[in-house]
Amino acid sequence: MVTVTDSTQRRAPKAAKTTSVFKKAVMAISGIILVLYLIAHMIGNLKAFSGEEEFNHYSEWLRTIGNPALPGSTALWLIRIVLLVAVFAHMWAAISLWRQAKRARPQGYVTKKAMAQSYASRTMRWGGVIIAAFVIWHLLDLTWGTVNSAADSGPYDKLVASFSNPVSTAFYAIAVILVGMHLRHGIWSATQTLGQSNRRREVTVNYAATAIATVLTLGFLLVPFSVLFGLID
Amino acid sequence: MTATHEDTMRSSVGDPGAGKRGMNLTLRVWRQQGPTVKGKMVTYKVTDISPDMSFLEMLDVLNEQLILQGDDPVAFDHDCREGICGMCGVVINGMAHGPQQTTTCQLHMRSFKDGDTIDVEPWRATAFPIIKDLAVDRRALDRIIQAGGYISVPTGTAPEAHATPVPKKDADNAFDAATCIGCGACVAACPNASSMLFTAAKVTHLGLLPQGQPERNDRVVNMVAQQDREGFGGCTNIGECSAACPKGISMETISRLNHDLLGALRAGARPKS
Repeated sequence: MVTVTDSTQRRAPKAAKTTSVFKKAVMAISGIILVLYLIAHMIGNLKAFSGEEEFNHYSEWLRTIGNPALPGSTALWLIRIVLLVAVFAHMWAAISLWRQAKRARPQGYVTKKAMAQSYASRTMRWGGVIIAAFVIWHLLDLTWGTVNSAADSGPYDKLVASFSNPVSTAFYAIAVILVGMHLRHGIWSATQTLGQSNRRREVTVNYAATAIATVLTLGFLLVPFSVLFGLID
Repeated sequence: MTATHEDTMRSSVGDPGAGKRGMNLTLRVWRQQGPTVKGKMVTYKVTDISPDMSFLEMLDVLNEQLILQGDDPVAFDHDCREGICGMCGVVINGMAHGPQQTTTCQLHMRSFKDGDTIDVEPWRATAFPIIKDLAVDRRALDRIIQAGGYISVPTGTAPEAHATPVPKKDADNAFDAATCIGCGACVAACPNASSMLFTAAKVTHLGLLPQGQPERNDRVVNMVAQQDREGFGGCTNIGECSAACPKGISMETISRLNHDLLGALRAGARPKS
């Protein structure tokens, strides 16, 4: 056998907290926080079916949770801070592992065939980037109203104004479907990463991941399409 | 087909499938003179390949041909050719070890059709630098083992087997994990070039047995730290590794490694620097 001397410099050992598996755990836990938020968000959205008054009242309630014990929007800001921390932790872990993967195989195969990977697992990274871009637009549209034609009116009017536009609804639908696929692989992956999967549970975990992803996707698509087709106006 | 035609089609290296027509194949093989030289795919033709040959025997035929022509034979790793040493392994048509879930030496040419074009490439990973052509340096896996894939007990005569009872289920799962031959197909197949399935198989194998318990926490943190240090990618639980593994090591081992690692970190275990 040919002996070779190491041509590449081995990198200095890193601290335990930054091993790839630790980053994965950060990704999994922040992901779980975001999934729980998505469930609450979807339930909130469905209040659009109860009419304008109910929907705006819910929006008002979000800004006054815990009043008068908690002043103003304290509770809402606490939730926002947790979400921001989760989003940035999720992105930090993802970007860092993405770069590690790129360094791990700088030269790809001339021919590579997928044996087991799903479309969902293959689109985690770019899907995530598109979702991040969508979230920014989504906040500009419905939270701050910057890009919304009914910027100065209530939440319900902003919702109707945004989704009456087919382009806006299409972008929303694509993003929500991407979120659904992200969750399909993400929920399974998080279970593995946190060491909670095994051969016996594997099938159940995968079914559960598909079920949660499907319910959330349909739940989020229901409102914009109802607006587009005039069921909500 | 006439008898004379059949005779001319017969392989020169002894054809067990005599009477059957040999296959003519086009090979596109990665040729690279050395670790730092740029490589490229080179096209070769091989004729009269018996379907009963192993993939490595087919490469032997190619090499005999190249030597007779005065060309440099294709370098590839192999040893036992029985599917148990883990030495051989190339990416065939984009699949680690080719279309069957076995080692390259146990892949037979009957998996291909006459007239096929077959792409043959080395394992590609920063941690597996190419030595020449299809041969890669897989010592990174040895260094992961050195980081903790062992138990520190004095060796001597074999102990009395009943002295340390092991539940049947644990023994079976430990044995399944211990079938890993360290061929590196998991790394080759992984979109992230991660060695997670390899490391997880070793962690599972020792972690399920009573003899592996005293060093269980240190083992997992040191082996994972070493695999990061070697330049492997991180695991994204895609499952390409397990699908390519000639021993069918399951994804369950990866979950077990993660479980052990997070537990070890909570217990204060830190990797040796």
